[in-house]
Amino acid sequence: MAVKLPIYMDNHATTPVDPRVLEAMLPFFTEKFGNAASRNHEFGWKAEEGVEHAREQVARLIGATPKEIIWTSGATESNNLAIKGVGEMYREKGNHIITEVTEHKAVLDTCKRLEKYGFVVTYLPVQKDGRVDLDDLRRAITPKTILITIMYANNEIGVVQPIAEIGAIAKEKGVFFHVDGVQAAGKIPVDVIKDNVDMLSMSGHKIYGPKGVGALYVRRRNPRVQLAAILDGGGHERGMRSGTLNVTGIVGFGKACELCQEGMPTESVRMRGLRDRLKDLIFSQLDEVFVNGSMTHRLPNNLNISFAYVEGESMLMGINDIAVSSGSACTSATLEPSYVLKALGVGEDLAHTSIRFGLGRFNTEEEVDYVAARVVETVRRLRELSPLYEMAKEGMDLSKMTWNTH
Amino acid sequence: MAYSDKVVDHYNHPRNVGSLDKNDPTVGTGLVGAPECGDVMKLQMKINPETQVIEEAKFKTFGCGSAIASSSLATEWVKGKTVEEALSIKNTDIVRELALPPVKIHCSVLAEDAIKAAIGDWKRKNTEAEKPATSSAAGQS
Repeated sequence: MAVKLPIYMDNHATTPVDPRVLEAMLPFFTEKFGNAASRNHEFGWKAEEGVEHAREQVARLIGATPKEIIWTSGATESNNLAIKGVGEMYREKGNHIITEVTEHKAVLDTCKRLEKYGFVVTYLPVQKDGRVDLDDLRRAITPKTILITIMYANNEIGVVQPIAEIGAIAKEKGVFFHVDGVQAAGKIPVDVIKDNVDMLSMSGHKIYGPKGVGALYVRRRNPRVQLAAILDGGGHERGMRSGTLNVTGIVGFGKACELCQEGMPTESVRMRGLRDRLKDLIFSQLDEVFVNGSMTHRLPNNLNISFAYVEGESMLMGINDIAVSSGSACTSATLEPSYVLKALGVGEDLAHTSIRFGLGRFNTEEEVDYVAARVVETVRRLRELSPLYEMAKEGMDLSKMTWNTH
Repeated sequence: MAYSDKVVDHYNHPRNVGSLDKNDPTVGTGLVGAPECGDVMKLQMKINPETQVIEEAKFKTFGCGSAIASSSLATEWVKGKTVEEALSIKNTDIVRELALPPVKIHCSVLAEDAIKAAIGDWKRKNTEAEKPATSSAAGQS
């Protein structure tokens, strides 16, 4: 078994560019380098052609029409544009926004900023499986509510929210519905019509496209959504996002969407197979390991496991030929363990021991077997080193102990 | 984060991993940190009652690589020292030796605390020598 090291299994963070995507992009760096807004010469037309073809490819992936796709620099910008744009445009209608606690920071911190400007934000809790409770959502809606923003799938635990159900509620109540679709679009079927989604954020680099490009789907009818722009300038993108288009990035993003759509039936099955294989290999060899979040409502390529009594960063150090990530505080800049796991009710002790595996298009079965073997061996070694494991094996109840905290 | 060579070395080859009998009156046990904080160190020393020399030291640590390295280093350093000498080890010495970055200084503080807690436990045992030895690992309720 010869696997090439290091192994990349952190595909929720980013993905490599698919060679077919790169190939589609290349002419737009050199021959077709024009500004897509140059309306009076061949160079501009070629660039515009590339951009408009990509717009169709992106729209098709999510069941939208091309005119509803607004290009951005990435999902952070898309989330900002959707939330701030609706906030400013519909301020007179109401000042209440509903989101959930496990959203990405690009949504949470955007909502926090709006709070400074007089908006009221409800942060819905999630259940043990990571999903929002629809009754909580219904109860939170007031006559002042103008926006519900809920992610399609979570970036840490891969849990998929009941988007169609939330969309139906939003429609019934006449509230706009924005979805951060970064982790879901291209991985599982996303249909903005069926799901009653009014705005959807996407990113190129999560789906084997380039970094620095994203899109926001903005519904044009039933209802028509208007957004106040964040960037002022040349009035590109129907006035919602000024700035010269990143033509190469957009072309690559479009191609990436097309490939995801074509490959999804087979790729999602393959991902699920690899993910389940990884899970089974780990669970059959180790005790006291726990999956974080629902296994039923989950992206096919995500696995998030807490390895009790083994701190996450020391795990990463032990499996340093494998790229994964951890919810441990030690791996974050804030020294706080994952707020997502906390929201699920995972104790901080277990949050510190969590590892996220993000499988991708280019992972193989051999790699999965190698990763499982390395993980098992490292957990065993670190448990030999762990006073907590020793105490638990002696029958002590660690939760009942008094610790000398600082 | 890039680790110093010494941290990597201690992580890959931790010194003095294991446990001593915590009920032995000549053994002091220090258990510091908390699982919720992501760091727990258990440091144990066997101390010669005559000479007050630390004859053996063992550790087990739940924590990041720097925490493991700090406690591993602590066992190396206390071995052969007297109790008084061991108490003079400062966390800054550990920071310097392992080239810990600022964000990992708390690991060295924990290691210093563990040394002090282990010696404190040993002293307590030996001033209450008449009482039957009970399970007295620091931190246990």
